[in-house]
Amino acid sequence: MTDGGSAAAVRFEDVTKAYGKSVAVRSLNFEVAAGSLVTLLGPSGCGKTTTLRLIAGLEAADVGRIFIGDRDVTRLPVTDRDISMVFQSYALFPHMSVVDNVAYGLVVSGVAKRAARAQAEQRLAMVGLKNMGRRMPSELSGGQQQRVAVARALVLEPSVLLFDEPLSNLDAKLRRRVREDIRELQQQLELTAVYVTHDQEEALAVSDRIIVMKDAAIAQEGSPRELYEQPASRFVADFIGDANLVPGRVLAVEGEVADLDVGGLRYRLPHRNCSKGDVEVAVRPEAIRLDAGAGAVGIAAKVRKATYLGSHIQYRVESALGELFVTDKQVDALITPGTDVSMSFAEHGITLLGP
Amino acid sequence: MGWIGYTLLPWYAIYDGFWSFAWLDGYVHDGEYAPALFQGLLHDRAWLLPIMLPLLAPLAVVRRDRSEPAYARVLIAASSVGLGYIALQGFAVGISGWSFDGAAALWGLGDVRQFGMGYGALAVCASLLFLFSQGLAARGAVGGDIFVSGAVVLVVALVSLFIFFPITQILVSAFQDNDFNFAPGVFVEKLFSSKIWGLRCLTENVGCGVAWNSLQLAVLTGAGTTLLGLAFALLATRTGFRFRPLLRVLSVLPIITPPFVIGLAIILLFGVSGTITQLLEWAFDVPPSRYIYGLPGIWFAQMLAYTPIAFMVLIGVVEGVSPSVEEAAQTLRADRWKTFTSVSLPLMRPGLANAFLLGFIESLADFGNPLVLGGDYDVLSTEIFFAIVGAQYDQGRAAVLAIVLLSFSLSAFWAQRYWLGRKAYTTVTGKGDAGNHIALPRPVQWAVVGVTLPWAALTLVIYLMILFGGFVETWGRDHSFTLRHYVDAFGVSEGPHGLIWSGAAWNSFGTTLMIAALSAPLTAALGLLTAYLLVRHQFRAKSAFEFGTMMSFAIPGTVIGVSYILAFNVPPIELTGTGIILVICFLFRNMPVGVRAGIAAMSQLDKNLDEASLVLGARALATVRRVLLPLLRPAIVAALVYSFVRAMTAISAVIFLVSAEYDMATSYIIGRVENGDYGLAIAYCSVLILVMLASIVLVQLVVGERQLGRRSTARAGAPKALRSEGA
Repeated sequence: MTDGGSAAAVRFEDVTKAYGKSVAVRSLNFEVAAGSLVTLLGPSGCGKTTTLRLIAGLEAADVGRIFIGDRDVTRLPVTDRDISMVFQSYALFPHMSVVDNVAYGLVVSGVAKRAARAQAEQRLAMVGLKNMGRRMPSELSGGQQQRVAVARALVLEPSVLLFDEPLSNLDAKLRRRVREDIRELQQQLELTAVYVTHDQEEALAVSDRIIVMKDAAIAQEGSPRELYEQPASRFVADFIGDANLVPGRVLAVEGEVADLDVGGLRYRLPHRNCSKGDVEVAVRPEAIRLDAGAGAVGIAAKVRKATYLGSHIQYRVESALGELFVTDKQVDALITPGTDVSMSFAEHGITLLGP
Repeated sequence: MGWIGYTLLPWYAIYDGFWSFAWLDGYVHDGEYAPALFQGLLHDRAWLLPIMLPLLAPLAVVRRDRSEPAYARVLIAASSVGLGYIALQGFAVGISGWSFDGAAALWGLGDVRQFGMGYGALAVCASLLFLFSQGLAARGAVGGDIFVSGAVVLVVALVSLFIFFPITQILVSAFQDNDFNFAPGVFVEKLFSSKIWGLRCLTENVGCGVAWNSLQLAVLTGAGTTLLGLAFALLATRTGFRFRPLLRVLSVLPIITPPFVIGLAIILLFGVSGTITQLLEWAFDVPPSRYIYGLPGIWFAQMLAYTPIAFMVLIGVVEGVSPSVEEAAQTLRADRWKTFTSVSLPLMRPGLANAFLLGFIESLADFGNPLVLGGDYDVLSTEIFFAIVGAQYDQGRAAVLAIVLLSFSLSAFWAQRYWLGRKAYTTVTGKGDAGNHIALPRPVQWAVVGVTLPWAALTLVIYLMILFGGFVETWGRDHSFTLRHYVDAFGVSEGPHGLIWSGAAWNSFGTTLMIAALSAPLTAALGLLTAYLLVRHQFRAKSAFEFGTMMSFAIPGTVIGVSYILAFNVPPIELTGTGIILVICFLFRNMPVGVRAGIAAMSQLDKNLDEASLVLGARALATVRRVLLPLLRPAIVAALVYSFVRAMTAISAVIFLVSAEYDMATSYIIGRVENGDYGLAIAYCSVLILVMLASIVLVQLVVGERQLGRRSTARAGAPKALRSEGA
């Protein structure tokens, strides 16, 4: 088994890639620490897949340099990069049996067929597909095919493992299981992994760090918790989880803390480089408390719509701050539309957006 | 390898044949057989010595690292200089001395003579090309893969040598008079001669210019085949017609039928002593005449020959109109007639135009039917032939005619690609489309059935005629059964030393099989390689590359024939009279078929498959071998079969290139026809058709069984694309 010694860091230095006139990736700088799993997250067309393919060498960078470990791989062809990739479509070779698929990487690099097969069987066992080697890919379920793709990528013990939206062809329940398996495998083998997805929940679940991309550039980078609790911009706040954007006012800044006024309520929050004056504040829907009792303190609001969703209730309320989206775990106490309520915010779910 | 070519192999072509190895005996000292190095040192051919330099240069960098810029630069510079120099010396030294004065001064030698280049030169050129592609790959072109860059360089080199070079030769010789002097006046005179563009036929009773004849015929054939093809396509898809497999057979026919066979059968039916002519004479006292010769006959024959091609194109188009669109029209209260005219037909319009242009191109290129049925009605393709082989031997005139013909068909080809390319098949989406096509409006349905059934019957009769015509003593006069023609052609008698192939046709039949069998795998390989480059790789000037490789489809066979004669009859590349030129001719004539098949099949394969293989450490060559080729097997087989069959049925280019030693079946048959020996010709034709049918069926059976679920989609695409190119 891999002892993690071969895992290597990945580093981008001012990398730009354009297709004709449209820029897919604009002077990108980031580093993926060895042995960590970093997710590239963003809406479609933001350049995340291009970034992944640049690491793989399936695309060539126009400008800048790419390092894997200490080696400059910018001009190296795919085959010399010591990476491996799990494709969105899995790309299993339909004319080869499962074990031959997994053994492929070994066979083309000169390992004897018998030894390659034995090693492939071992990998298959690792992903829970013991005794499936003789089947053809088309005889497997989607989840099994996905695991074959992972086993095939692992067999070469690459320094960097790349995942291109590996779960998008699976149904929702299976997706949760498989992403846990992938994470477990990655941690167990201490692999460096770069993972592309547009699903923010998936990203939060598997990553050590997340790089949020927008319009060919990095919007924000950080741990899942940092990104969720301290989004740097409107875009990130809205893309990771839901967020209500409301106007606020910084009354004073003292050290790290800002005195904030939102609709008459006062909060003390990290200032995040905001100075005195009008600011934008992101409020998570689950951080909004609605109180229908008479005499409660808070911002006056009116419930417009209530939707029962089993585990929670979604409200749409109207207030002086605009229309807000609220989720409430207390399914027993449904507030009927038309009710006047007072609204307040829990401090963990409210954050200043940077200037 | 370059060094072997330069120092060991004989530089010039050997007339006794390379493989006899007679040249091995003291060849270094023989002025004809010596390798280039010794030619230069011992035989006063000093111009061969500088070729050494580009071969030496790469040795200087052989120890350097690939990624050093100098490495790539030296390789590219050395190889291009080398190739350029070889080409220069090839053309500078003419067949009877220096071609131009500067050259003599440059090398300072007097009496020289150029021979055709041989294996030595071939090896040197190949190694220089290899160095060139290695240099390109080192510079990071096409992903830095030597196999891919080598493939690009190889295809480009071959296409320029065997397509662009001959075509340029045509242009050059059009500007020369018959003594190879530059004579633009002659060119202008020939180009605008009234024999080509004359319009007096409108006012007087004389023939029009051949260009107008060709155009008229092509437009008529294009329109006719499109309408008939549409009728058949509608019959197959929109009516409860029960014999659809029969229509499939119909679509295979033109592929396995030598193009002039239809013309031959028409003579048997409508000629002076034809069955129908005699019937008319007997019933209505119509005197037998040569009415079928000329425009009506050729048109009729071409309609029969090319309607199936239009059918193959249009059946895809008709099926491609999504039923849900028609159903939508109906829910919006359009009746059947309204739906058909306002929705279905407009959606088919690009497909119809496509079918028309295909018919147009095929008709222009057709050589066999006008030759057999033309009478006084001259068209460009036959005029070219007579300008070369006729009593008036006039290369310049042939070249001018070829240019006119080429510009017609290239315009049509261009129109088809750029004007229609984007519009076609807009309603075919990847999504499953439920629903049924609506039935045709009554009048259309009647018209369709009324037209197609008699036509199908006629086709059937024609083919029966071909099968039975060979068993009849003399058609039209003596209808007694005989095997004489078959014995004449394919007789085998027992001699003192075993069997003697005494039949007259064995020679050409064997050559045909051999040449076809040789060219088929080469064609398939080159075609698929090109398709691989086109579908899977990005490189500079790719669209020009694509156009170049597909263009040879639009170049009429007669033009190819003439250009090959002009280009390869003289040194530096002397190929006429050999079997090689036939193989090369088929290779480049049929390459587009392989390319189309490859593109159709390869676009069905997920590109991620290649990438997965690359990521797992397999280089491009290993990827092609282990992943693509196994998945493309159906396309490979299709390309093999079609290029084999097309090589057997081709006539237009071949007729210029055959020699006594290498005669092809088709040109042999044409020869028999011209001598009025219809019986043997017909007998030979039916043997050819049966052989090809058998080979197609055999391959279908062998491949058919091996089909696996997922691959069937790729298969379904390939033959269709092929057939649309058919004949």
